[in-house]
Amino acid sequence: MQLDELYRQVIMDHYMHPRNKGSMEGDVISIDLKNPTCGDEITLQLQVKDGVVEDVRFSGTGCSISMASASMMTEAVKGKSLPEALALSTEFRKLMKGQEVDEDLLGDLESLGGVSKFPARIKCATLSWNALERSASSLAE
Amino acid sequence: MDLSMIRKDFPILKESINGKPLVYLDSAATSQKPRQVIDAMKTYYETSNANVHRGVHTLGSRATDAYEAARSNVAKFINAKRDEQIVFTRGTTESLNMVAHGYARPRLKPGDEIIITPMEHHSNLIPWQQVAKATGATLTYLPLQTDGTIELGDVEKAITARTKIVAMVHVSNVLGTINPIGEIAKIAHRHGAILVVDGAQSVPHMPVDVQALDCDFLAFSGHKMMGPTGIGVLYGKREVLEQMEPIHFGGEMIEVVELYESTFKEVPYRFEGGTPIIAGAVGLSAAIDYLKEIGLSAIHERDVALTSYAYDRLREMEEIEVYGPAGERGALVTFNLRGVHPHDLSTALDAEGVAIRAGHHCAQPLMRWLKQSATARVSFYVYNTEQDIDVLMSALTMAKEFFSHAIG
Repeated sequence: MQLDELYRQVIMDHYMHPRNKGSMEGDVISIDLKNPTCGDEITLQLQVKDGVVEDVRFSGTGCSISMASASMMTEAVKGKSLPEALALSTEFRKLMKGQEVDEDLLGDLESLGGVSKFPARIKCATLSWNALERSASSLAE
Repeated sequence: MDLSMIRKDFPILKESINGKPLVYLDSAATSQKPRQVIDAMKTYYETSNANVHRGVHTLGSRATDAYEAARSNVAKFINAKRDEQIVFTRGTTESLNMVAHGYARPRLKPGDEIIITPMEHHSNLIPWQQVAKATGATLTYLPLQTDGTIELGDVEKAITARTKIVAMVHVSNVLGTINPIGEIAKIAHRHGAILVVDGAQSVPHMPVDVQALDCDFLAFSGHKMMGPTGIGVLYGKREVLEQMEPIHFGGEMIEVVELYESTFKEVPYRFEGGTPIIAGAVGLSAAIDYLKEIGLSAIHERDVALTSYAYDRLREMEEIEVYGPAGERGALVTFNLRGVHPHDLSTALDAEGVAIRAGHHCAQPLMRWLKQSATARVSFYVYNTEQDIDVLMSALTMAKEFFSHAIG
């Protein structure tokens, strides 16, 4: 097991320079999620118009994996329809289980594949995706 | 004390982790188990297994004798006056919940006060929040000094005639602070309050004498003192145990059961509803024998040597911030490496075979007091060596370099 299999350069870049970090005003849906076992926290905001994620922001505290994963998630879902975003979430979870994935669909997200070899860290990488799915289901209500 | 002989008693210490020899620095979460404990449980299952206090057959007597001998061994270990003052539980959490819900909840009223500290583990905090909510009693926190200790003057000020319960950890699982339990017991008793002590981190590591401390209740876990998981202890003074109500009802704890009323067995059996943790008690008893063989004072001395060595080495590293008192402390050091989240650090150390704890350590209010969302913790036991700490330090240096390069 090599550390750089987990901490790929693109991950550390998102950790140091998070995209879509912060908060936005207006007609947004906001979800707070915590990982109670380790204390990681995330607030995810989505601006959805006609079923499309027009804008997205996140804020929170946590390890490099959870924060980088959140940053990469926001980039990946921005501009996508909710069903497309949820399909991406399903694909990302396959990646976390070490299963075969659609690399074209995942794009940069695939760099988080190393996490599957570190079982204790999977919950770090999936926290923001859980927040995304929670947002989508609250929109569906 | 021959350390190499002690290490040989722990089969798990021969494990390789990610191709490196295991360096286990997480004994405050759970200790490793010597072969003597594992064998005692195996022998129990192979030669004596039966249910206790009911069967007439020979195995039933053997199991009962083994279970009650374990109770007696625990009583002697903490210098309880009588064996009946030892209640077997699943662990510290269950012991403290028993006191909160069986003793405190039925007798506290609005206006009464429960005093705890900000350094409590969630297991000695949430039960008291629940009791306060249910009874209308007030939950009050003692202030902490900047080094994470408690001033007796503050305790004197805080405890009044309204105070009914003072609940406090003996040794903090995060700060390592050793609280002056004996002094606090005197103050509490002067005001008619009882003192409940969380001994999860003290009983495994130092001589604990309940009569000398004069605490009313003491809770601790078997698995942190080389025993198995699933067994713990609640010690209580005779009078408070007599006043405490059972919280688990059913088999094993009853005297006479009528259709609408039942009477319960005497203390401590009325608190041990259901088939007890017999093999766990046997394992705990073997662990106590093992600890006594080395000697609790010798264990404490070894802890002090390892902890001060680790404390000094960690402080040498400029990027490391260490939390808790500088002087006397329990067998652990909590810290952060600047710029590296403790989870990332823990993963990096694990790659070198070094097991540490990272997170909030079941003490979220204390994390807020420290102004940290999470911390890293190394903790020691008598099977650790200075070499383990040297391996930790070189792994820390590698982690520091890796992350400064990765985020460079």
